[in-house]
Amino acid sequence: MDTVLLSRIQFASTTIFHYFFVPVSIGLALIIAIMETMYVRKGNEEYKRMAQFWGKLFLINFAVGVVTGILQEFQFGMNWSDYSRFVGDVFGAPLAIEALLAFFLESTFIGIWIFGWDKVSKRIHLLSIWLVALGTMLSAFWILLANSFMQHPVGFTLNNGRAEMNDIFALITNGQLLVEFPHTVLAAYATGAFLVTGISAYKLLKKQDVAFFRKSFEIAAIVGVISSFGVAVAGHAQAQYLVETQPMKMAASEALWGESGDPAPWTVFANIDVKNQTNSNEVQVPYLLSFLSYSKFSGDVKGMLELQKEYEVAYGPGDYIPPVKTTFWSFRIMVAAGTLMMLFGVYAIYLMWRKKMDRPNTWFMRFMFWGLLLPPIANTAGWIMTEIGRQPWTVFGLMTTEDSVSPNITSGQVLFSVITFNAIYAILGAVLVGLFVKVIKKGPYAMDNEHGESHDPYNKEG
Amino acid sequence: MSLNELWFLLIAVLFVGFFFLEGFDFGVGMETQILAKNDTERRILINSIGPFWDANEVWLITGAGAMFAAFPHWYATLFSGFYIPFVFALLALIARGVAFEFRGKRDSKAWQKTWDVCIFFGSFLPPFLLAVVFASFIKGLPIDKDMQMYAGFFDIVNAYTVVAGITVVLLCLVHGLMFTTIRTLGDLQERARKLAQKLLIPLAALLVAFVVMTYTMTDIFDKHGTLLWIVVILGVAAYLLAGYFMTKKKDGYAFGMTGAVMALSVASIFIGLFPRVMISSLDQAFNLTITNAASGQYSLKVMTIVALTLLPFVLGYQIWSYFIFHKRVHEKEHLEY
Repeated sequence: MDTVLLSRIQFASTTIFHYFFVPVSIGLALIIAIMETMYVRKGNEEYKRMAQFWGKLFLINFAVGVVTGILQEFQFGMNWSDYSRFVGDVFGAPLAIEALLAFFLESTFIGIWIFGWDKVSKRIHLLSIWLVALGTMLSAFWILLANSFMQHPVGFTLNNGRAEMNDIFALITNGQLLVEFPHTVLAAYATGAFLVTGISAYKLLKKQDVAFFRKSFEIAAIVGVISSFGVAVAGHAQAQYLVETQPMKMAASEALWGESGDPAPWTVFANIDVKNQTNSNEVQVPYLLSFLSYSKFSGDVKGMLELQKEYEVAYGPGDYIPPVKTTFWSFRIMVAAGTLMMLFGVYAIYLMWRKKMDRPNTWFMRFMFWGLLLPPIANTAGWIMTEIGRQPWTVFGLMTTEDSVSPNITSGQVLFSVITFNAIYAILGAVLVGLFVKVIKKGPYAMDNEHGESHDPYNKEG
Repeated sequence: MSLNELWFLLIAVLFVGFFFLEGFDFGVGMETQILAKNDTERRILINSIGPFWDANEVWLITGAGAMFAAFPHWYATLFSGFYIPFVFALLALIARGVAFEFRGKRDSKAWQKTWDVCIFFGSFLPPFLLAVVFASFIKGLPIDKDMQMYAGFFDIVNAYTVVAGITVVLLCLVHGLMFTTIRTLGDLQERARKLAQKLLIPLAALLVAFVVMTYTMTDIFDKHGTLLWIVVILGVAAYLLAGYFMTKKKDGYAFGMTGAVMALSVASIFIGLFPRVMISSLDQAFNLTITNAASGQYSLKVMTIVALTLLPFVLGYQIWSYFIFHKRVHEKEHLEY
C-alpha cells in the first residue's frame, strides 16, 4: 500500500477515534457546570453529587480525549509535512492559539476542579468548571477555524508556493466557520445531553436511585432538545453554504449525477452505480432539495458531471468527484440520527411537562438508553461526509491530498504507526467502556466516603 | 529584535518551560517504581503531581503549535523526519496520560500494576526520546535541498544522542525527587532527598560527558562560544548550589537549582542552534534557519499580538494553581488517584 492511502487511514482512524471523546467532553462540561451552578445557588447537596457523579465519567472521557488530541496535532507534521509546509502560515496559527487560549485553560482548571473540592471556595470551584467548559468551546472554535480554511480558504495570498495569511479577520469571519462552528458545538452539547439521558434512562429502568437520575435526566433532556433543534437549524444553513462554496460535495452527498431539475427533489434512497454514473431505484421527496439548498421550493442544483467539467476548466485535468456512496450515505445516516434525536427530545420534554416522568413508558426509556449512541453516529457520519466529500482536495481548490503527504516517510513506517495506534485505540476504547459501566453500576452513592469524613486510605486500595 | 528572532525565543522558552515543569512530573512518574515502597506511597507521589501534569504537558503541545505557526518548515521537517521516535513518544504519552486517570478506578492489583508500568515507561521514554531528538538537532541531520530529512537509524541514535537522552532522564529524576521533597512529608521526603544526593555524582559525570562531546562533535561552541561558556559556568554553579542546598535540607532552593540546571541545558541547545533551526549534515546551504523556515511577517505579527496578550493570563493562573496546591500531600487526606 502507498503512503498516501496509509496516511489517510491513519488520519481517518485517529480523527474518528479522537472525535468520539471531544463532543462528550464539550457537552458534559456544560451539563456538569449547570448542575454545579444549581448546587451553589440552591445549596442542595444532591446537585453537588450530580456534578461529582457525572464528573467521574467526564474525567475518564476527558483523559482519552486529551491523549488522542496530542497525536492529532503531531500527525500533521508526521504524515502530511508538505501540507504543513504549504498552509503552516494559516493553519498553524489557529492551532497555536488553540493551545495557548484553550488547552492551558482546560488543563489548569480541570486540575483545580478535580483536586480543589476542599481547597478552594465553592464559587472558585464553580468558576473552574465553567472555565473548563469555556476552554473546550474555545478549542472547538480555533480548530474549526483551521478546518474551515480547508473547506473554504480565505484570508491568504499565494507566495513562493505557500499560502500566506494576509487577513486574520477574514479567517475569523469565514462563512464556513460561521455555519460549521454552531453546528458542531451544538452537536457536542447534544452528545453530552444524550449520554446523560441515556445512562439515566438505564438507571430509571432498573429503578436505582430514581430521584437522582430523574433530575439528571430532566436537566440533560432540556439541554438535549434545545441543542438538537439548534443543530438542525445550523445544519440547514451549512447545507446552503455548501451549495455555494463546495457544490461538488453537495452533489455527491445527493448522488446527483446530472442536473436535478427545478424544483429539485431530495433522494431518500438510491442504488448508486458509480461506474456508469447513474442511480436506480431512487426514492425521492419532491421539492425538498430545493428547500435544503435555497430555503424555497424552487431552484435546481448542479450535478457532478457538469461540475466535473467546470472543475477541469478551473483546476486542470483530473477526477474531482469524491467517493459518492460514502458521501451520500454518511449524509443520510447523520440526518436520520439527528431527526431521531429531535423526536426523542421532544417526547421527553412532553413527559416532563405533563409530569409523567415518575412513571414513563418502558419502551421510551429503552429508546432513550440506546439513544445515547445517536449523537456519536451522527457526529462521525457528519465528519466523514465533510472530509470525504472534499476529496480530492485537502485545501479546497488549492492542494490535493496526494500532494499533501510527507515525501520522506516510507509505507512501512506509516503501516507501523497505523497498527500500533489502532491497537492502542482498541484497548483504550474497551477500557473506557468497561470503566463507564463500572462507575454507572456503582451509582452516585458509592462515592459517599470519598470526599466525606473518613480519610483512611487503607480502606480502599485505589 | 525581528519577529523571527522573537518567535525563536518564544519557542525556546516554551520548550525550556516544558522540560522544567514536565521534567519534574516525569521524574515523579519514574519514582513510582524507584522510590515508592508500597501502594500508598505510590498514590501520594502521583497525587503530588495530579493537579499539574496535564497543564505541564500543554507546554509541549503549545511549543509544537508555535513551531507549526511560526516556522512551518521546521515543524514539517522535524516531525516527518523523526517519524518513528515520535510514534514511540506518542504511544508513551498516551499510555501515561490515561494511566493516571485509570489506575485508581478498579480494585485489582493486576489492573493497578499494568497502569503503573505505563506510568513508569510513559515518564521515562518521552524525555529520553525528546532529548535524543534535540541533541541530534545540533549534531546535524541529513537534510536535502528541499528541506526533506532522510535520516537513518544511526543518524538519530548514536553515542552523542544517547548520552543526551540518559542525561536528561536522570536530570528529570533528580528534579522530580526534589519536587517530592517539597510536596511530601516524613520518610518518603527523607528518602527522596537521599536518593537525589546519591544521584548527583553520576549525573555530574553525564553532564560533563555531554558538554565535552558537544564541544568536540558539534560546531556550536565555535558559533556561540562566549554565550555558551557563560551557560556552562552558570550550570556548574547551579549544580553545586543544588548539592549544597540538598545537604542543608533547603529543599525549595534545591528544587529551583535542579530546575535551573534543566533549563540551562535545554537553553544551550537553542542557543547553539540560533539562527538555524535545523542543521544539515549534507551542506551548510541546506540548513533551515529562522528566515527560510518561517511564516510570513503578517502571520508572525498576528501571532505576536495574540501571544503577548494571552501569556500574562496563562502564566498568572498557572502560578495561581501551584499556589492553591502548595500544601504537602500525605496519606491522611483523600487521594484522588
